Amino acid sequence: MTVAVLQFGGSNCDRDTVQALADLGIDAELVWHEDGLPADTAGIVVPGGFSYGDYLRAGAMAARSPIMEDVKAAAEDGTPVLGICNGAQIGCEASLTPGAFTTNRSARFQCEHVHVRIENADTPFTRAYDEGEVIELPIAHGEGRFEIDDAELADLEADDRVLFRYCDEDGETSDDANPNGSKHNVAGVLGDHDHVAVLMPHPERVSLADIGPTDGRGVLRGFAD
Amino acid sequence: MTGYTATVTVRLKHGVLDPEAETTQRALERLGFELADLRSADLFELDVDADSAEDARERAEEMTERLLANPTIHDYEVDVEER
Repeated sequence: MTVAVLQFGGSNCDRDTVQALADLGIDAELVWHEDGLPADTAGIVVPGGFSYGDYLRAGAMAARSPIMEDVKAAAEDGTPVLGICNGAQIGCEASLTPGAFTTNRSARFQCEHVHVRIENADTPFTRAYDEGEVIELPIAHGEGRFEIDDAELADLEADDRVLFRYCDEDGETSDDANPNGSKHNVAGVLGDHDHVAVLMPHPERVSLADIGPTDGRGVLRGFAD
Repeated sequence: MTGYTATVTVRLKHGVLDPEAETTQRALERLGFELADLRSADLFELDVDADSAEDARERAEEMTERLLANPTIHDYEVDVEER
């Protein structure tokens, strides 16, 4: 049983993710996209990076690579799937999750720490937290603004499929606390199932106690049995 | 078979924020130009061999829907000409 951390040309958070999972005692391995998913895949992370140089749109090329069909099939069969940053862009481009992540309101690449509020604590990736809890995670993206049709967003919210929202340290989802102009401060969403999620912030970068805070550990703990 | 060029224009849907276009407009204004608005778009030229212009268009539309455009944020149009 292993968590497959996918590698595309240009992935660069893949090894960090494996290390963060290993620190939690979760078996994980790097999987080059052309090699396909291992037979004992028990979870899948689509990690951050700049797959295919962000050509066309961030995530557009990787989303159409053959391994993503296997990822979709595994997700349908109940395998937990988490997309982080570029992995979130890939997840939306592949229609694993709704909406799209596009150019930041600032039109700039932003690398900073932000606060996010847990909107739904009843998923594998958030059950370590309480609903309404505020955690601090880093972002590093140029195309992280969540865009979606207003009616679809209303459906998402009604179905409790918004997982994280950008907020201030007190949990208020103000415009000032919205780093990239995402609609309704959305930082992460669920797909059709509670075990399929994407988020733009990087939980794997705040998961090792040796190098600082560990606010992100609970997200990766979604892959523990 | 005839050679056609399908020109695909992909643009953001009306109402979707375009920070790059806004930045470009501000840069033009800093240069002293006056303009009411600026919209940007991606343009792709696809050379295809097809039995008819309609066939070429259908194929270009399929390529656009599968990859070139993201239907969540984009509209697109296709123009086909013999090459």
